[in-house]
Amino acid sequence: MKKEFNTIASLVEKKSKVLDVGCGDGELMKYINENITNDIRGLEISKSNVQKCVAKGLTVIEGDAEKDLKQFPKSSFDYVILSQTLQAFLDPENVISELLRVGKKAIVTIPNFGYWKVRIHLLFRGTMPITKDLPNEWYNTPNLHMCTIKDFVNYCNKKNIKINSKNLSYKNLFSQLGIFVIEK
Amino acid sequence: MNDIKKVKKLIIDKPLKLDCGQTISNFPLAYETYGKLNDKRNNAILAFHALTGDQFASGVNPITNKEGWWNYLIGPGKAIDTQKYFVICANVIGGCMGSYGPSNINPKTNKNFGTEFPVITINDMVNAQYHLLEFFKIEKLFSVLGGSMGGMQVLQFVSNFPDKSETAIPIACTHSHSAQNIALNELGRQSIMADHNWSNGFYEESNKPPAKGLAVARMAAHITYLSKKGLQEKFGRKLQERDDLKFGFDADFQIESYLRHQGSVFVDRFDANSYLYITRAMDYFDLSKQFDGNLSKAFTKTNTKFFIISFTSDWLYPTSENREIVIALNSIGKDVGFAEITSDKGHDSFLLDVPDFLNTIKNFLNTSYNKQNEKRI
Repeated sequence: MKKEFNTIASLVEKKSKVLDVGCGDGELMKYINENITNDIRGLEISKSNVQKCVAKGLTVIEGDAEKDLKQFPKSSFDYVILSQTLQAFLDPENVISELLRVGKKAIVTIPNFGYWKVRIHLLFRGTMPITKDLPNEWYNTPNLHMCTIKDFVNYCNKKNIKINSKNLSYKNLFSQLGIFVIEK
Repeated sequence: MNDIKKVKKLIIDKPLKLDCGQTISNFPLAYETYGKLNDKRNNAILAFHALTGDQFASGVNPITNKEGWWNYLIGPGKAIDTQKYFVICANVIGGCMGSYGPSNINPKTNKNFGTEFPVITINDMVNAQYHLLEFFKIEKLFSVLGGSMGGMQVLQFVSNFPDKSETAIPIACTHSHSAQNIALNELGRQSIMADHNWSNGFYEESNKPPAKGLAVARMAAHITYLSKKGLQEKFGRKLQERDDLKFGFDADFQIESYLRHQGSVFVDRFDANSYLYITRAMDYFDLSKQFDGNLSKAFTKTNTKFFIISFTSDWLYPTSENREIVIALNSIGKDVGFAEITSDKGHDSFLLDVPDFLNTIKNFLNTSYNKQNEKRI
């Protein structure tokens, strides 16, 4: 299981109701389902991942977060998780507002484009950075809207979204990944 | 068809008020079962059949001597393992495999009902089959499932009996029969009625059923069960046992011959009046209308866990219509999963060997069954 899944799972309260948006093959859902709350379901666009989730006995809805979040009523989940897919959406701004409508809280992770290795890569090599969390070339990356931890925090402040943002400049330089709990 | 007297039947003595206003009583419901009901009586699955199906979902159909229509799905060691689950399947009322239908005798005239049989609905079918629970002393089913018209029955069942099934799997269906589907059904009905032998539905007297009309109805319907791509791949422009076109109206093309064959074998096992009645029941199906146009209201009382399945190439009951059911359930926070299965086999996919489909059902049922049993310990 990915390391950040432990962190995400630790942010979810026991017995809460959770939606994992872009739940992939269901690894995080499975962990949360077994350890934290069994009231969890996922939304996933890939057919093969949907099959993997069903095989794990997880409740999964095949669908597209950009279109299908609107079917869920306001505040119908305690937590909505969006793990590392925000930058891949066509309209991340709309997705964030939908996450905050559907969930009382949203847990959002982003690959941090301000991470020092990324900065050094661009500064010295002069090519688009490739790291463990950003493994693709510029021509085949699914990431359309890369941002840094600082960018994301600034965005939330601008939109009056509550966000945890301690030690911002330190994190912006030394974290590969930003994990945030946001709420309206 | 005399063997039909030997099929298992439950005689329902309680009066059943039909949507059309008439009340029926002491009527037969033909059924079949597979597997064994366990001691806790919590492993029962009620499978609903589609338009031309019957109670013989698995094994060999003793009347037609052909494989059961859901043999890929149901049986020992299969996705719905009858060594584990107890599967019940009944012939719908209006049908022609032993249940109360237009070929039964009308006590008032001592002749077949024909078109004097009351028009029935999906709601009536489900209410009749509910008696199977009492008959088998099942407090709560483990699952209800069905494809096409079977899926409509699943939706109606859960709506009518919100606490009577742990899980529900509507497959390739709709909550409201579309204009296109009503049109296609009307095409079939008109084809039957245009056959001179139909005689306003009283053809049993002359013993000359409207076989031509029914065959054409089946041919037209059969096209709608397949996909363009599937047809093209299977038949293309291949010729039927000939090297060249014959410049006539014989079946030059394999697809023509195939459809003619489908039509001709169908009339041996299906009653034309039943075809009229059952297609009518499908056309009348509009679950949201029963709840003031709000489909969610059909499910507010239920805690049944849903899994909805559609197929990519199904243009008869397309993914968009199945998704409307998912949306209705999500919008009231119900437990629902959904998968669109990739298949080129059109609407018929739910009856065929489509591994992702079979696995989806197997995994959903098995994990739900484990959870049910954990809960009760």
